[in-house]
Amino acid sequence: MTSRATASTDGVVASGTQAVIRAVGLTKVYGRVRAVDGVSFEIAHGESFGLLGPNGAGKSTTMRIIGGTLQRTGGVMTVAGLDPAESGPEVRAHLGVVPQEDNLDEELSVRDNLIMYGRYFGLPYAYLRPKADELLEFAQLAEWAKAKVGDLSGGMKRRLTIARSLVNEPQVLLLDEPTTGLDPQARHVLWDRLFRLKEAGVTLVVTTHFMDEAEQLCDRLVVMDHGRIMAEGTPRELIRGYSTREVLEVRFGAEHNAVAAERLADVGSRLEVLPDRLLIYADDGDAALRQVAARGLSPITSLVRRSSLEDVFLRLTGRSLID
Amino acid sequence: MSTLARPRGRRLAGLYGRNTRAVLERGFKVIKNQNWVVMLSGFFEPVFYLLAMGLGLGGLVGSVPGPGGHPIAYTAYIAPALLAASAMNGAVYDSTWNVFFKLRFAKIYHAMLQTSLGPMDIALGEITMALFRGLLYAVGFMVVMLVMGLVTSRWAVLMIPVAVLIALGFASLGMAVTSFLKSFQQMDIVALTLLPMFLFSSTLFPISVFPAAIQWLVMALPLWHGIELMRDLAVGHLAPATAWHALYFVVLSVLGIWFTAVRLRALFLR
Repeated sequence: MTSRATASTDGVVASGTQAVIRAVGLTKVYGRVRAVDGVSFEIAHGESFGLLGPNGAGKSTTMRIIGGTLQRTGGVMTVAGLDPAESGPEVRAHLGVVPQEDNLDEELSVRDNLIMYGRYFGLPYAYLRPKADELLEFAQLAEWAKAKVGDLSGGMKRRLTIARSLVNEPQVLLLDEPTTGLDPQARHVLWDRLFRLKEAGVTLVVTTHFMDEAEQLCDRLVVMDHGRIMAEGTPRELIRGYSTREVLEVRFGAEHNAVAAERLADVGSRLEVLPDRLLIYADDGDAALRQVAARGLSPITSLVRRSSLEDVFLRLTGRSLID
Repeated sequence: MSTLARPRGRRLAGLYGRNTRAVLERGFKVIKNQNWVVMLSGFFEPVFYLLAMGLGLGGLVGSVPGPGGHPIAYTAYIAPALLAASAMNGAVYDSTWNVFFKLRFAKIYHAMLQTSLGPMDIALGEITMALFRGLLYAVGFMVVMLVMGLVTSRWAVLMIPVAVLIALGFASLGMAVTSFLKSFQQMDIVALTLLPMFLFSSTLFPISVFPAAIQWLVMALPLWHGIELMRDLAVGHLAPATAWHALYFVVLSVLGIWFTAVRLRALFLR
């Protein structure tokens, strides 16, 4: 598993580009649980890299090891050539961290949250005052500068957390489930901001269990489960490699799905039985649907769609991403 | 793993960002925004004790044997002790409850540790903030003692730095203890050790009332040394014992800081 992950760095990390983050055989053991189990990957400068997986896959643990706030049990980890376990403060000077749970300072105003956070990096006030205003503008929070953090909505807090992570103009931004718990509108605003950063050359490392987010944001991603990397590649490569071009979703009602599945086993290239529906993997979904009809089965609903990362994940782990 | 082979300097580099100042800046900024009434509560506690016990009980007791056996008014007897006890209480509160709350609920340290700060910066910063608070309360209480005519020696001015030293001993120890705490219920154990120490460390009456064994126990505990030291300074009765009490707190502080440094990872990087 590990060897595959390292080997595939060839074509994907542009040759000649120095990896900003490199993990080799990374391991974290809690008692008898191997939260991260021999994970290897490289992230190139300016790349947007995703760690995709269900809760408990080891994504956040990996992120914390990158930032040096969690000691790894084994393996090699370098960030900008430094070992975060040995040089945490120095490594973090290059990092922007957006944690899974907002940890804004409730005792400070919105603007002071940015300024004080910059002071933690040892940055001077002369730099921080204009920088804070610029970031408030970027996060669309300029009118809220003097407000208390507690008065902000969830989406605003998230934007402030992202703005805060940029105060030291980081080379690498670590985003741990950046849009979890946000409404669709707030997510799109956030994605837009992240795109701009990517365009500005910031390396993004994103963990998520939303495949649409991964498809939106990531140039390349690894699929993790049980602390291991199951697959690695661009979203398109993964879909091509682990799924068919299209998927036919059919529903026969909860009690009839299993019976129907038996009769449809040879339709398409693969069949997946979910509690509420059948997924038939085929390069031509409409043709598959005609085959279903030809066998005298009439589903309550049917849908032909393109394959997504969700299908890749289902194939690799036998379960859906959000569970 | 590499942890074992790591040279000392590198290990410190992973824990210390040389920017304790930023942690202090945050502390002062919060105090500035904060309601001053909250700050003042820590000042009033010993004052209320002094008024209730000193004036109330003192009227019945009259004078008691003070340092060197010289009789002093009961109020003058308990005032230095209350100052020592309040330095202890404030420092312990700051280094246990406050640190635990920021760690578990406000996640202040999580945010700090995403930056160039290390756990060492945070520990030093928080201990310093606790000392500053202790200093404020000590100055306030000294003013009350002056007004009440309880300061009879020039040496009494040293009670202020001694209050800070007592706070340092308890704050550094308290922070190390916090690294072992997992729930707020366990905080009650901290409170449970402080209360008897406050009541029996010659705060309100001399320890000569106890059997010898209990006396030895009390004399092994830190608060008794703080109280005796304060009492000696208040009346200007300087004896070799005074130096021993001070030394006790210097050693306690060094041990506490060392203990906290050893427990830094367990405290902040969990």
